[in-house]
This record gives sequence, structure tokens and C-alpha cells, in this order.
Amino acid sequence: MRDLSGWGRYPRTSGPLGMVSDVDDAAVATALLSGVVARGLGRSYGDAAIGRETTLSATGLDRMQSFDPETGILAAEAGVSLAEIIETFLPRGFFPKVVPGTRFVTIGGMIASDVHGKNQHNDGTFGDHVEWIMLALPDHRVLRCSRAENPEIFAATIGGMGLTGTILSAGIQLKRVETGWIRQKTHAARNLDEAIRCLQQTEDATYTVAWIDVLARGKSMGRSLILEGEHETLSDLPWGEIPFPTSKFGRISVPMEMPGWMLNGASIRAFNAGYYLNGARHAGRDRVVTWDAYFFPLDGIGNWNRIYGRRGFVQHQCVIPEGAEHVLFEILDRLSAAGAGSFLAVLKRLAPASGLMSFPMKGLTLALDLPVSPENLTLLTQIDGLVAGAGGRIYLAKDALQSRDTFQAGYPDLDRFCRLRDDIGARGRIASKLSARLGL
Amino acid sequence: MSLTARHLLLLGGTSDIGRAVAKHYADNGWQVTLAARDVEAASRNAADINTRQPDAGVAVEGLDILETESFVSFLDALHPLPDTVVCVVGMLGDQEQAETDPDHATRIMRTNYEGPALFLDMIAARFVSRGYGMIIGVSSVAGDRGRASNYAYGSAKAGFTAFLSGLRNRLATKNVHVATVKPGFVETRMTAGMDLPGALTAKPKDVAERIAGIEIRPRDVIYVLPVWRLVMFVIRSIPEPIFKKLKL
Ligand SMILES: Cc1cc2nc3c(=O)[nH]c(=O)nc-3n(C[C@H](O)[C@H](O)[C@H](O)COP(=O)(O)OP(=O)(O)OC[C@H]3O[C@@H](n4cnc5c(N)ncnc54)[C@H](O)[C@@H]3O)c2cc1C
Ligand SMILES: NC(=O)c1ccc[n+]([C@@H]2O[C@H](COP(=O)([O-])OP(=O)(O)OC[C@H]3O[C@@H](n4cnc5c(N)ncnc54)[C@H](OP(=O)(O)O)[C@@H]3O)[C@@H](O)[C@H]2O)c1
Repeated sequence: MRDLSGWGRYPRTSGPLGMVSDVDDAAVATALLSGVVARGLGRSYGDAAIGRETTLSATGLDRMQSFDPETGILAAEAGVSLAEIIETFLPRGFFPKVVPGTRFVTIGGMIASDVHGKNQHNDGTFGDHVEWIMLALPDHRVLRCSRAENPEIFAATIGGMGLTGTILSAGIQLKRVETGWIRQKTHAARNLDEAIRCLQQTEDATYTVAWIDVLARGKSMGRSLILEGEHETLSDLPWGEIPFPTSKFGRISVPMEMPGWMLNGASIRAFNAGYYLNGARHAGRDRVVTWDAYFFPLDGIGNWNRIYGRRGFVQHQCVIPEGAEHVLFEILDRLSAAGAGSFLAVLKRLAPASGLMSFPMKGLTLALDLPVSPENLTLLTQIDGLVAGAGGRIYLAKDALQSRDTFQAGYPDLDRFCRLRDDIGARGRIASKLSARLGL
Repeated sequence: MSLTARHLLLLGGTSDIGRAVAKHYADNGWQVTLAARDVEAASRNAADINTRQPDAGVAVEGLDILETESFVSFLDALHPLPDTVVCVVGMLGDQEQAETDPDHATRIMRTNYEGPALFLDMIAARFVSRGYGMIIGVSSVAGDRGRASNYAYGSAKAGFTAFLSGLRNRLATKNVHVATVKPGFVETRMTAGMDLPGALTAKPKDVAERIAGIEIRPRDVIYVLPVWRLVMFVIRSIPEPIFKKLKL
């Protein structure tokens, strides 16, 4: 038995964690175990990567298989991490097409959540750059799935939260970059209106995202820093810098769970205000920053999830479809009125995605952390209601709380997904705490 | 690939420690050949290293350490003769089964001692006639003193340790260096599921770094984590009348 929880450390459960060391064992385990789901590095926040009965760790599937520098396609086992991919290929001038906000995630986890990055509005999700997947099914079959072979299973596996079987390996597309630096431009938006407009205006940028201060109230409600980013070219790189800097990860770490009172409204309010003001001072000017500072600022602080103390935290990420922006105002209003503490939250424009159960749709997404407390859980239930009412949805990779109604309202292809699970014999056999909670 | 690349032959190309050793040597510009009885599994490790390190050119050869008659033809087919051979082949086995099942006991003894010793003796002869070479054998602290819980394995490793020390003694004047590596606890599939004490447990990468360090500064006997030297000194110093009553 092992303690098992997601990155938010809520909910906490315990259960058996099976380790496998090669793809054959992983396929056999997928077929023999019942109530099982695969787990990568456990960076999903809630209960997605915990099996209903047994959890199957895919981290032993950590071999790369081949790389073709002509096409940029990397074939690798599903447990290979994004950190290793960048460490291996950035010095050779390649970078993943899509990266989430942490690099301690696996290929399997990125496919299963169909993760999005700061370039989703232009370049789509991680799944859009997956060429093929080797998938182990509960009936002992191992299938190669792609847009041409078993396309329905392929579409259901991208964003399918591990519920179609265990991803054993995949072919993923990398892109060429000239340096490991990002030219970043900051814009300050004094309120939500300005932030939304600014995100729209910066849409031609390869990367764009807003850090939003969800505690600011009144006229300043929704004040944000919008960070545009472009891969720096070799010719523009400031003189004397090496083209491919290595990561400075691991300098500081949160050594233990911080007492909850350290995160009261006042300290977070002060931090957010300071962050905004500091950023606003640099607005308009270009800065050239390293890839890890731009994409993975939180990775610089090991175990930062312990900062929320023993009770853990929940992450809420919703998307509000285009045209219903007023709901976003209402959500922010409730959050700031409740003084519900969250360090920097993220606001970003999304475009539709291709997986049956993928999260992105055309609209705006908001992501924020809240420490677990009875008041915050009630608040989040209310917010879920607003999201569902607006025709939006909640991101399963972050979710620990949403109701079945909210879920069903948010994912219109759910029926097709369930039918496909029936067809491949996954229902009841491939199951996570999340799928059990949501009635899948 | 450079003409001056040095060659490593690694016996036990499917092991976790072996994988880390091969990666470390390849990262440092060596040409590596993985020898393994399970060629497919070793090829998975070779492909991994070759993908991460495009100049590595890691190759795989089939070798079962229990098939001692195959050694001559295996060695004849090696081109070139490697600069260094590292042997990580081993088998922990099941002590209780070994007590009642002589076949199992024999397998443990032959895998940890007979096979590796005979192979290294043969390659040593070729190193001597060429004029140089490096032999690194991964043995175990379990061979420092027999214990109830694993003496089939421990006694075979003791034999291997003594073999390496004798070989080192014989080749000292022949420009062939022989090193004995005692890893202590290492987090690998051999120890998967065991509850290992953190301070005494190394990672495969640590073992690889210590082994590769021998190329730069030749050493005779190394404990991967220095604390093991002390631990084993204490264990060896306990008088037998007391030791035999301990539950170890
Ligand atoms: C700091 C931080 C920032 C983040 N930023 C973003 C972001 O910007 N955009 C975004 O989209 N996400 C983001 N995330 C979420 C994260 O990218 C996803 O949760 C991702 O799925 C985690 O990968 P993992 O390997 O840890 O998977 P886990 O958390 O272990 O698993 C996640 C899901 O994938 C499934 N899974 C894992 N491996 C396999 C496999 N081999 N086969 C089948 N299913 C599998 C699991 O069953 C589970 O449903 C962030 C998370 C953190 C902690
Ligand atoms: N892990 C520890 O805590 C620890 C501690 C002290 C010493 N050691 C020693 O370190 C070495 C490596 O161990 P490890 O932990 O990496 O474990 P491992 O993965 O089990 O390695 C054992 C290796 O020996 C190979 N082998 C076994 N029988 C063979 C045969 N007949 N022919 C050819 N190869 C054979 C195995 O190949 P297959 O894959 O084909 O089985 C495997 O590659 C071993 O000598 C072990 O005794 C380990």
C-alpha cells in the first residue's frame, strides 16, 4: 500500500502502486488488473492518476527509442519525462511543440491530459503533435493508433485521462529552435477588460499568457501582466550568451509542509500586488530569459505544493466560451469578494482541440489554486455552477471536486467516449478515482 | 565516431546498473558493446542511449554467462578487443529455495562466480598479450561475510571477490588493472520492493560514476558509498560466536 495523491495533495488516498519495467509487463498488467489506471509523474492535481483499485506506474517505461533529425519525430516510451526530452534535444536545436507549466510530466501524462501551453491559440495542444501511440488494452491487445490507424481510439486516448488503456510509447513531433532563450515582452493590464483585450491583441505572438491577480478588487479587479514570448534567434541573442543554457533547477525547495496560517489573505494579497507592480515597471521592454524561467517558473522551487500545508489545495481550471466573458467577471468578483487566497492565477485564450475529451475550446481559461477549506470548497462549487451555466468546462487534469452534472454538461462528446470504452472493454476495468467519481 | 574512441565491453547489458554504466561511458565518448543473454532487452537500452547520444553507437551481442563453452568464440568475434570490460552480471536468487533446491543454488553460484570468473580470466589473457587492459568486476558486500539471509549469493560473491583479488595480484606487473566494486544497496530491479535504508542506498548513476572514475584514477577495491567500508569493517569484526547468533 502506498499513499497516493495528486499534486494538490487532495484528496489523499492509499492503495497498491504497481511498478513495471518494460512495455510487455505494462501490457500484461493492463490486461490482468481490474480498476486500474496508469500514472506518470503525478503532476495532475486531483484524483485522475489514482486507480480505482490499483495504480500502474509507467515511470519504468523510460527508454527513448529513436529520433529522426530530418522529421523531428522522437519515438519514446510513455514514462520518459519532458525534462529529459528538453535536456537531450534542446542542445541539438529541438524543442517540444507544446509544453505545460512544469517539465516534470511524462509523455503518457501529456497525451492523456492533452496538455496545452502558452501557444495553444496558434499551435494546438500536445495531442496535435502526436504521430502515433502504442496502446495496451484490457483485452490483451496492443494497438498502434494514429490519425490513420484506429482513429477513433486515437482521438479518445488524446485527452482520455488514461481511461482507454495504458499508453506504452508514442511518436511525438519536436520543432527546431535556434536558441534556448525566449524574448519576453510584458504588458500591464489594469483590469480584466484590458487583460482580455491585451490577450487578443497579442495573439500573433507565438506564446502569450496572463498572470492575473485574483485578489485585486474594485477598479483593479482582474489586473494582469501579459507575457508575450518568442523563441530568440541566434542573430538576435545578446552578445556573449551561450545559445543553449542548461536549467538552474533545484536551487531552493520547500522542505516541509508550511503551516496553513502563513498563507492568509493578507500575505497573498501583498505578494500578488508586489508581483504586479514589479512587472508593470518592466512593461513594454523586451527581456531575454532562459527557457526554464519562461516556461517553468515554478519548477525552480522544489515541492512547492507543500506551501499549502497539510490539508492540501485544489486547483481550479475552467474555460469560458467566447461570448460569455461576463461570467468570468462574475467568477472573479466572487473570488475577490471572498478574499479566497490564490497566488498568481493564469488567464489565457484557447482554441478548440481535437481529442474527444480534450479540455480546450474557443474561449478564455482561468486557472488558480485554493487551499482546502470548507469555505473554499463551497465557493468552488458555486463557481462550477457558473461555468456549467456558461457552457464552459472544468479541466480534468486539475479537477478533484466537480459534480457529475457539471462534467456531463461540459463534455458533449462524453457519450461517444463511453461507447468507445464499452467497445474496447475498458468500462469497469480501466478506472480511476476520477472516473468513479464522475460516473464513467 | 572518432578513430581514437575507446571501447567498453559491458557484461549484463540489461541490468539497471549496467545501463547507467553504459550511458556514462557513452556520454564520455566511448564505444560500448552490451553483452546480454536477452538481446532484445539489451537492444532497448542500446536504442535509448543511441537516441540520447547520437554519436554513441552502442552495440549488442548475445552472451549467456552460464554457457562457458561459448566464451572463446564470443571473444574471437570481438573486434576490436575492448579497452575495458565491466562485469555486472549477477543473480540474487532465493536463499530459502537454494537451501532445498540444489539446482537453484547451483545457478546462483555459477552466475555470480563461475561464469564471470572464467570469462574474465579468458579476456585477461588477451589483454596481457595485447599489452594493456582494464577489468572491473561488480561484486558485493554480501561477499564480505556470509549471512543466513543470503549466503548462497554471498558465498559466490566472496568467491568472485577473491578471484578478482588474485587476478589483480597476478596482473599487477602486466599493465592490466583489475578493480573490485562493492555497491552496497542500490535501487534497482534486483532490490525492487525491499525496504532499503536511504543513507546506505546508492542510485545506479552513483555506481556508474564511481566505476568510470576508476578509468581516471585506478583503484583496487571500492565501496560505492564510503560509509559501507565502515559498516563492513564493523560486521567483519564481530567475533564468530556472537555473529552466529545474530539475525542478519
Ligand atoms: C506546476 C504545474 C503546471 C501545470 N501547467 C499546465 C499547463 O500549463 N497546461 C496543462 O495542460 N497542464 C498543466 N499542468 C497539468 C499537467 O501537465 C498534467 O496533469 C499532466 O497530465 C501531468 O503529467 P504526469 O506525467 O504527471 O501524469 P499524471 O498526473 O501521473 O497522470 C495524469 C493523467 O494521465 C494519465 N496517464 C499518465 N500516464 C499514462 C500512461 N502511460 N498511459 C495512459 N494514461 C496515462 C493518468 O491516468 C491521469 O489520468 C500543470 C501541472 C503542474 C503541477
Ligand atoms: N542492487 C543492489 O543492491 C546490488 C548490491 C550489490 C551488488 N549488486 C550487483 O550489481 C550487479 C548488477 O545488479 P543490478 O542491481 O543492476 O541487478 P539486475 O538488474 O538483476 O542485474 C543482473 C544482471 O545479470 C544478468 N544475468 C543474470 N544471469 C545471467 C546469465 N546467465 N547470462 C548473462 N547475464 C545474466 C541479468 O540479465 P537478465 O536481464 O537476462 O536477467 C542482469 O543484466 C550484480 O552483479 C549484483 O549482484 C547489486
